[in-house]
Order: sequence, then structure tokens, then C-alpha cells
Amino acid sequence: MTQPDAGNETNARGKKASGHDYAVTVRDLTRMFGEFVAVDNVSFDVKRGEIFGFLGANGAGKTTTIKMLTGLLRPTSGTGTVDGLDISNDRRAIKSRIGYMSQRFSLYDDLKVEENLFFFGGVYGMDRDSVEARVSELDDMLSLSGLENRMTASLPPGHKQRLALACAILHRPPVLFLDEPTGGVDPVARRYFWDLISTIASDGTTVFVTTHYMDEAEYCHRLSIMHAGRIVEVDSPARIKEKHGMTSIQDVFIKLVDG
Amino acid sequence: MSIPFARVKELEKSYGKTVALASVSLDVGKGEMFGLIGPDGAGKTTLMRILSSLLDPDSGDCVVAGVSVSEDPAGIRRIIGYMPQRFSLYQDLTVGENLRFFADLFRVPRRERIKRTAMLLEFARLEPFVKRQAGRLSGGMKQKLALACALVHTPEFLILDEPTTGVDPVSRREFWSILKKLKETGVTILVSTPYMEEAELCDRVALMHKGRVLMTGVAKDIAQGFAGTVYSVACDDTVGLAVWLKGRLTPEQVRIVGTRVHVSLFGDTGRAIAGLEREAATAGFSIAMAEPVPAALEDAFVAMIAERERRHDAA
Ligand SMILES: Nc1ncnc2c1ncn2[C@@H]1O[C@H](COP(=O)(O)OP(=O)(O)OP(=O)(O)O)[C@@H](O)[C@H]1O
Ligand SMILES: [Mg+2]
Repeated sequence: MTQPDAGNETNARGKKASGHDYAVTVRDLTRMFGEFVAVDNVSFDVKRGEIFGFLGANGAGKTTTIKMLTGLLRPTSGTGTVDGLDISNDRRAIKSRIGYMSQRFSLYDDLKVEENLFFFGGVYGMDRDSVEARVSELDDMLSLSGLENRMTASLPPGHKQRLALACAILHRPPVLFLDEPTGGVDPVARRYFWDLISTIASDGTTVFVTTHYMDEAEYCHRLSIMHAGRIVEVDSPARIKEKHGMTSIQDVFIKLVDG
Repeated sequence: MSIPFARVKELEKSYGKTVALASVSLDVGKGEMFGLIGPDGAGKTTLMRILSSLLDPDSGDCVVAGVSVSEDPAGIRRIIGYMPQRFSLYQDLTVGENLRFFADLFRVPRRERIKRTAMLLEFARLEPFVKRQAGRLSGGMKQKLALACALVHTPEFLILDEPTTGVDPVSRREFWSILKKLKETGVTILVSTPYMEEAELCDRVALMHKGRVLMTGVAKDIAQGFAGTVYSVACDDTVGLAVWLKGRLTPEQVRIVGTRVHVSLFGDTGRAIAGLEREAATAGFSIAMAEPVPAALEDAFVAMIAERERRHDAA
């Protein structure tokens, strides 16, 4: 439970007083579990306002990397920053600067929709009034009104996903981490969700997103592809396809991962 | 099809006020690979659970290989292997121990078990991790282990509920080649999936929506039934153009396919696309001629569902 860090003044949304160009920087980041190297010396940068697609094979180390960037897991070695804050030393402060939707939407199923929103707002030091104001501001985008009193467990996956997104952006984080936000969501809901992501990014929020749907990868400004702990490709979707002489990211992915 | 292997007859099921199935009927042939598609809440999981005798319908029945679900649920369970959407593994057992556990549960003979396990570990790329506890696997690795556990024995009728959610493209491809091999040995398969290109691999698919079957048929025929025209547009800024088009039209009419943007249009489509081309040029997009392309299952699916939802919202 972190309070917004008073020591880190921000002027406009997403811009720290010191003005960094990068929302995320990572250098030689490594995470071991015992002898096993889950994340193996990775380096990359994510620009502000970018939709960065973090692709990779199962077990490649995507979630582990996101956990290090969001301050949930300590790196074994290497460094990184998120919104200009150090991922090893400013772990508490980072939490108020990011939104995070985990691989299994981490909502409380036995709370009402409204209670989930108040709970997550509270985590970020928001009172009920400001949560309500923010939710009505987001309603155009998220269409959650009318559902306030529904039990979260009873929502269809598409609605749950939008609620989880709402909880993650209540506090206007400059950097948003989405770990497989569209897993198990039908094609219509996925198209709407990506429209939301584009809208959020066009407001200046940086979106760091993982997915196994290769058609979604095409909507990212830049992509990285991870395999067995390493990043094997980073570039825009167009340049990646061009570089590998292929017409779809799916084909490039299969080539890089299946070798 | 002469006598269907599995026959679903007028199934109805409600949870309180929510109608999960409103009279669903389906026939699946012996050895057929049958796909279920439909948006969230369409009733796919409920249908699969009733077929597997885990849930009683309010009315209607299912008969599989002459065995009625309502009369002989135990008999059904001997025929069917069911993998639920959220399959529970033993988190504190290792990968190898989980596979062994399910093989023993289904009384798979030792030689068969060894052969099967090797094949499944290879597809799942889990060989290097046989000694790791299931609880410590990544999300997709857990899903693949669950799939491997479900496939460790060979039921006559395999029912899989969204088996490839969270599975990466390489493993998905390998998983479908395993399903194809099983089919070749005579196994009948019912599988639900949110991936339209997977549905296209099925012999037939049923499109479900709000507890009803809207359509059953070969994926290609359903795609051809698409009521509009899909235009394919080349543009050097595919993302920019797609976002712009989504704003001009509705999000569901637009998708990026590789280096092109596909737009679904209805009515006087020739005029509509010409108008869009002009507007896009004015908005600063340099686009090559839009050309009509055959609709894919995804285009037909999305259009049909979006249409219905709009009608529902308007009502
Ligand atoms: N607590 C842990 N102990 C041991 N190994 C772990 C632990 N957490 C993760 N791992 C291993 O680290 C590797 C990377 O896992 P991670 O969850 O980061 O993968 P991922 O890229 O997110 O995969 P997916 O696409 O399946 O979600 C996997 O081999 C996983 O088993
Ligand atoms: Mg993951």
C-alpha cells in the first residue's frame, strides 16, 4: 500500500520535473531462480507515449521482467528505471507511478464492481469522491456505469477486463503495464480493447503490453521478442517484418522462437 | 452424416435469471473435429459441462455413442475426456509427477505412458522442466502442462474448453498438429477457441451467441456468408490508418493483417470505400488502391456478433 510519493514532483501528466524521454530503461537485467536464469542480461528502452509490445514464447521471462519493473521482484543483477525511478531503490515510489494489470486480472471476485474501484483507488490514496469522479470521466471509454452493484465474479470476461483496466488507471499513472490483458477474450472484445489502448496511449500514457495474439502485435509502435530469457529482436513491427523478409509478425515469431 | 456420434438435443439451462443455453441442438460426427466459437457468455462452457455430465440441464439431453448423459452419467464419463478452461494442476507436484498422476488416474499402461509423456513434453517444450514444481511455471507453461495431462490418455471423445489461451504461437501450432493426429486415430474432438484461425482448422464449427447456435457449418462457408465486402488497403502507416479508420467507422470493422489494413463494409461498399480513400488522403495517409478480398471466418464472426449486440443494445 503506497501513497503517492510527495518527494517526486510531477508537473504535467507523464512528465517528471526532470523531463525524461524514456518511460522505461533496462540495462543488463538478470533474474535467477536458484541456478535457473529466467531473465538473462536483457537491455532495452521504452519511449514515453509508446505502445511497447513485449512478446515472447511461454516461459521466456516476460512476467518476471514485468515483476522487476513494477517493483514486485528484485533483480539478481542489472539496473532499470521506470518513469525515471530506480527499480531497485525506489520500489515503493514506482508503485504510485504505474498501473499494472496482471496475467490473471487481479480483481476481488467477491467484491462488487464499485467496491473493487474504491479498493484500488484507496491503494493509491484516492478517496471515494475522487474515485467516483475519475470513473465517470473514464466511463465514455470503459462503459462500466450501471454495473456498480454487480458482483465482480458475475461479470463476463470482457467486462472484468475493462474493470481491471479501470482499476489500473484510476490514479492516472504515466506508465501502464498490461500482462496478457486479452487472454481468453473474444475477437470483438479484443478489437474494442485495442482501441482503448490506442486512446490511452494517445493521451501520453506509455503502454507496456504482453500478448500471444500476433494480430495485436501489429498495433504496437515497437515490439520486442523474447526467447529463453533473452531479447532476440526489438524494433517497429514494420521494420521487423522487413528485416526478416516476412509479411506477418506471427511468421517472424515462429522463425525466431522455433529457429 | 448418418447417425451422429454425439447428439445434443434441445438443451436448456438457466442460472437464476441468466439464460446460459436457450434450446441448443448439435450433431457431431464420429471422428469429427468440431469447433465452438462465440463471444464471452455465449454458453460454450455450459454446453461442454453438460455434455461431460458435470452439470444437469434444465431440459433436453445429450446422447454420445448411444449413451444418454441423463440416464448414464458414469457411462458418459468413460467415453469423454474433458479439459475445463481452468484446469487445476497439483501446484506442489513437479511437471513429471503431474503427468504421472493423470496417467495413473486414467489407468494408462506403462509403455503407452512413457511414449505419450515423451511426445507431450516435446510439444509443450517442458522436457527441461520435468523436475520443476507446477506452481513455479509461467502462465502459458501451466496451460501447456494442463493440456499434456488432458492428453495423456486417449478418450473416445475429447472435449477441450479454450485449450490454447495463453499458449504461444509456436506451441499452439504444435498442439493443433497433435489434435490432428488424434483425430486421425478416430478420436472425436469438440473444442472451443477464441482464435478464428484455429476454428478454421476444424471440420465444422458452430457459432454461438447468448445461449443459441446462430450457425453451423464449414468455416469457409460461414466466411462466404459474410454480408458485406472486405477491402484490403496498403499504407505505409498501417497503425495510423487503422486507428483513423476505427474512429471513422467502428472498431470492429477494422483490423490489421500483416502489412495491410482490412476494412469490412456493408451496403453500397464501392461508394463507401471510394469516399474513405478520399478522406484518408485528405487526412494525410498515402494509400494504395483498396481491393476487395475474400472474407475470413473472423470477419464474418465479428460482423455477425457486433450486429447482434447492437440490436440488443437498441432493444
Ligand atoms: N518462483 C519461481 N521459481 C522458479 N522458477 C520460476 C519462478 N517464477 C518463474 N520461474 C520460471 O521463470 C521462467 C520465466 O517465467 P515467466 O513467468 O517470466 O515467463 P513468461 O514469459 O511470462 O511466460 P508466459 O508467456 O507463459 O506467461 C519460467 O521458466 C518459469 O518457470
Ligand atoms: Mg507471463
